[in-house]
Amino acid sequence: MSKPDQQPDFEETQYERVDPPIGWDGQTLHEMLAESERLREETERYYGIEDLELKEEQPFEYEQMYSQLRGALVSARETALHVSASPIVREIGELCFQVYTPEGDCIALSTGIIVHVHTGSLAIKYMIEQDYEHDRSIQPGDIFCNNDNDLGNVHTTDVHTIVPIFHEGELVAWVDGVTHQVDIGGMTRGHDQLASTTRYEDGLYATCEKIGENDKIYQDWRDRAQRAVRTPMYWDLDEKCRLAGCHMVRDAVESMINDVGVDTFKQFSREAVEEGRQTLHSRVKERFFPGTYRDASFMPVPFEDEAWKPSAKQDMMNHLPVEVTVDEEGGLELDMEGASPPGPHPYNCAEGAMEGGLWVSLTQSILHDGKVNDGSYFAVDTNYPDGSIVNPDDPSLSYHTSWGSLMPAYNAFWKNVSRAFFARGFREEVVSGYSETGDPVQGGGRYEPMDDYFPVAPFEHSCQGLGASAVRDGLDYGYAMWNPESDMGDVEEWELIEWGLPYLSRQVKPNTAGHGKYRGGTGWEGIRTVSDSEDVSLYKHVVPGVGFTTSGMAGGYPNSLNYSLRAHDTDLDERLENEDPYPIGDSPTGSFEEQIEGDVKRSQKGMFFPEEFENGDLLHYQMGGGTGYGDPLERPIDLVVEDVEEGIYTTDIVEQVYGVVGEFDEDNREFTLDEEATDRRREELRTERREETRSYDEFHEEERERLEDGDISDPSKWMYEGVFDQSDDWAAFFREFWDLDETFEFDAELMEA
Amino acid sequence: MVETDRNQIEKLIDGDLQWEELRNDVLPDPKDGQRFEVTREILLDRVDWDDPILVPLNDHLFAVGTDDGRIVKAECGHEFGPLEDNWKTECQVRVRESEDEMRDLYPEWMTPDPDWTFQLREFFCPECYTLLDVDAVPAGYPVLKPFDPDVDAFYEEWLGEPAPDATEVNQ
Repeated sequence: MSKPDQQPDFEETQYERVDPPIGWDGQTLHEMLAESERLREETERYYGIEDLELKEEQPFEYEQMYSQLRGALVSARETALHVSASPIVREIGELCFQVYTPEGDCIALSTGIIVHVHTGSLAIKYMIEQDYEHDRSIQPGDIFCNNDNDLGNVHTTDVHTIVPIFHEGELVAWVDGVTHQVDIGGMTRGHDQLASTTRYEDGLYATCEKIGENDKIYQDWRDRAQRAVRTPMYWDLDEKCRLAGCHMVRDAVESMINDVGVDTFKQFSREAVEEGRQTLHSRVKERFFPGTYRDASFMPVPFEDEAWKPSAKQDMMNHLPVEVTVDEEGGLELDMEGASPPGPHPYNCAEGAMEGGLWVSLTQSILHDGKVNDGSYFAVDTNYPDGSIVNPDDPSLSYHTSWGSLMPAYNAFWKNVSRAFFARGFREEVVSGYSETGDPVQGGGRYEPMDDYFPVAPFEHSCQGLGASAVRDGLDYGYAMWNPESDMGDVEEWELIEWGLPYLSRQVKPNTAGHGKYRGGTGWEGIRTVSDSEDVSLYKHVVPGVGFTTSGMAGGYPNSLNYSLRAHDTDLDERLENEDPYPIGDSPTGSFEEQIEGDVKRSQKGMFFPEEFENGDLLHYQMGGGTGYGDPLERPIDLVVEDVEEGIYTTDIVEQVYGVVGEFDEDNREFTLDEEATDRRREELRTERREETRSYDEFHEEERERLEDGDISDPSKWMYEGVFDQSDDWAAFFREFWDLDETFEFDAELMEA
Repeated sequence: MVETDRNQIEKLIDGDLQWEELRNDVLPDPKDGQRFEVTREILLDRVDWDDPILVPLNDHLFAVGTDDGRIVKAECGHEFGPLEDNWKTECQVRVRESEDEMRDLYPEWMTPDPDWTFQLREFFCPECYTLLDVDAVPAGYPVLKPFDPDVDAFYEEWLGEPAPDATEVNQ
């Protein structure tokens, strides 16, 4: 446990106690929040602001204030991350800071994991609504903590430190810092657990908890938290990192108020939010085409043979439909009617997390600049149906890996807004989706030379393949939807903390990129081994595994699926001693076994639950490719040649998909095109299209008969039945679409299960 | 707003814009102001038919105005029926579901598990057999209509002018 040399002396405070009301002009925070909501309801503008008077009358000062605030937030992030020891924070930058109005509405934010901008907002609003002002008390120097997903967080291992900022007895703003923890306790090692099915297995929760005062963290909280996680040193330094950053931002806000006066700061903060709202509306009218856009994603959960808890031992599939409407006023609506119910798995996703996902998607699609803040959140009407997997409103569920629902859902959202961009002519803004990040390697062990525990949670998965756009290929191995500043981190950096799991390789994984006129970005693969360690358990969790989660666009195909591969009781030590080859990948698939002897376990599932690993065991992992855009037969042949030479695709696949035939000299990485054979093959593919297709009506009739016969997979039935229970509207749509009886349902036995 | 460069947009549509030009001129804000109009003009010039394009739906499909109302029409001239209907119901369809069918596209171990009955539904133009869309869904999933454009709201409310087919159809 980390403890300060001297216990803080709480008798000697540097702050004077303030008595409620602590809001502006004699109001309580509760009254301010109610007033804000009333005015927004009545006027659809933030605080009913008609004109951005400060911006119009003192544009230079206004922009300077915004820049100063944003600069302070970015500076706090860049400085505070050095307080942390966790490479997730230090190397990958999994943290962010943001400033809120007294009502909890974000004014400005730093770079980083900006998905949290609105989750912090919800936590602050909870404290206001629960009247912390009078009951728990909110004082200068106080420190609050939240990672309760049901109240405002994405998943359990994201932890918020929230500090109020006062000026002469009034709360003028809040600052929130979030970091992603290496470990949060819970039933297994790892930061995105698989095995957890309820809150009671998730690990440490702080529920908008006061964890300190007078700028010092309570000893009891520090002890409780550090004893609850497997990595107390990282926890301690991450917490200090968040607190240091919050205090830097608080100093900057106090300095701004001293410079411009508190009234100007107050006016600025509200206008900035309203400007953010107006910016989104104007962008929608500038770049989208009005209408309704539809798409759907799926989240297969292959737990029947894998899960530990009896309630979770079933194959499940979650439905994540997304309808986006751009109305004639430039309003944006997102509707997920028909989403699956929550379940006994860690993929339940709170409404606040979904709103965070929407926010991070908007900032990357339509809000590249401008006042990016909660104003954009206010500009979108959302329906995450109550009681569904995207808004369970049930704190007893597990939310440990809410990304499992959030990421596929926003693939559907991105495709919808991409159609809107395309219709308006902004083809360069189209993104056909992304590879969901999953967690290819997680776990931990004890490193014998240091006799200490090491966590395994590399954030290499922040480098996936991005989907193609409508004008170019997707970015190769360089994207994560939740943090626009992707970085896979240096191998050496990960090995510095994951002592017992050295790398054997990282390389491009061929045939991961979704096919298309513009291909998706490629994925990659790596192999790690266990060395000098004991008590090592590792697991893998990557989607898509057994089935697709998303499609490509306009004739492009989805990325290929992931699988799991590991080897136990191997002859690696002998190979190293004899300088014999060892696996550096599994490309072509199946080649891994050619260079290692041992108990090799493969599965089409992209996951396995925690397993014991011994020294010399191997773990293969992979990152997915992006989705494709457009008809693959329209891809220029010279680009396909480049794809082969660069290891994006193999010759058998390009012959099948792109009709490109030639000889590949693997040693020199030169592909010699056979033009005649290519012409022939492309003609064959065109002929196959004519011969192997049938009319839509035939397709519809055959599929309908299959449904009546129940001739689809059990997890699909599980999905449809769950949605029928959840949404009468979607059930009616389904039955009408397939021309089925109004009472149609799948077998009763399955429903009971 | 900056001026829209027609030549640049032609290259954008053709996929011929190099990264530097894309990065420096096309991707950044502010965007050019006449993008829709210029794109529409270019697309109109390129098709062999005369129906006015109202809005492009994807690389090869357009919402167009005709004497018989608004329809979906392909670049090759094939007509997919009324705009309010789902154009996919007029397509030729190929479904890949078995592992063999998936293996044409993806290597072993990188295909869906057949026990989960996932499908790739390929929607082709019945005339030119261009691949217009691929849905990746579990068996039994309805065929969604990807986009219902609000053509009148766009032209009348946003651009402040009647839709290009207004004189032919609505007046």
